[in-house]
Amino acid sequence: MSKRFMYMNTKGPYGTVYALESLEVVLIGAAFEQDVSLAFIGDGVYQLAKGQDTQGIGMKNFSPTYSALGDYDVNKIYVEKESLEERGLGLDDLQHLVWEDEDEDWAEKDSIKLVSRSELADIIDDQDVVLSF
Amino acid sequence: MKLGIQINEGPYQHQAADSAYQFAKAALDKGHEIFRVFFYHDGVNTATRLAVPPQDDRNITKLWTELQKEHNLDLVVCIAAAQRRGLMDEDEAKRQGKDANNIAEGFRISGLGQLIEAGIECDRLVTFGA
Amino acid sequence: MTTLHTVNKSPFSSTTFDDCLGLARSGSTVLLFEDGVYAATTGTASAEAIANADGVTFAVLGPDVKARGVEGKIADGIKVVDYDGFVDLVAEHDKVHAWL
Repeated sequence: MSKRFMYMNTKGPYGTVYALESLEVVLIGAAFEQDVSLAFIGDGVYQLAKGQDTQGIGMKNFSPTYSALGDYDVNKIYVEKESLEERGLGLDDLQHLVWEDEDEDWAEKDSIKLVSRSELADIIDDQDVVLSF
Repeated sequence: MKLGIQINEGPYQHQAADSAYQFAKAALDKGHEIFRVFFYHDGVNTATRLAVPPQDDRNITKLWTELQKEHNLDLVVCIAAAQRRGLMDEDEAKRQGKDANNIAEGFRISGLGQLIEAGIECDRLVTFGA
Repeated sequence: MTTLHTVNKSPFSSTTFDDCLGLARSGSTVLLFEDGVYAATTGTASAEAIANADGVTFAVLGPDVKARGVEGKIADGIKVVDYDGFVDLVAEHDKVHAWL
């Protein structure tokens, strides 16, 4: 019986290692066929910002990895609306992440689900395991 | 109760390794089982055998080594995080062509899958970080 | 599902405490430990938020309170627990959500 795993992302990329190393757990974890969700709240929403250019800081730009999540069957990516709004961001500022639903003739669907704080609280409540980084 | 513990910060820098140790000790004293302690991010630095902290303060690595011996704990150091930060056992050192290894007694290096497995197998996963 | 939320950062240095309160559901417990114990001290906005949080129970780790010299400054209605109590809280809730 699979468990519902929720990965909490509360920190932005590059300033600290947590965003990168938590993504590495998600990719490895995908092989275990559990019910995986990712939550991006607070500064975590910055991880999904499109147009990251890290050449000037000499660090590897790992943001393209998020677009591979759909291929790993990770397609429940919850972004908290309030966190985006507080930061002057909208869905348009984030990468467009998709997955292909094999049950619907490989139709391409959005992986990012914009949810309110209250909706997210309910979603997290439903999880069996919360992984924090 | 079967517990999994995740430690995300290095020793001394943050209280995480200490809090986790005190929690683990209390849990074991109460008769709970600790399935695995997983060291991630800078937490892997807890596993260095080269630390010589001041004599009048706790030796975090030694405390974990002793707890591991007493209760046969599974202390796992994430290989990806360890490689980044220069923690390696004898096999890794040979494989990577390094002239030294530095893992303390009682710790073993393994993959991220061990953390997921702990999440699956345990009744509770408790994370200590910053 | 009942959740034990753990908060280990001071409310004055991080928004973690507020973020946790924003998402904690009725029936859950918030354990303040390490630097998070400061959120439980009297005369603070966080202590007031704690008093107004309906349905959420609060606990604070005694050893961390003592270590920081704020014993006697813990607001009413906040249960002081030791590491044994921390373990019990973990057992009594379905899962642990660490706010880092």
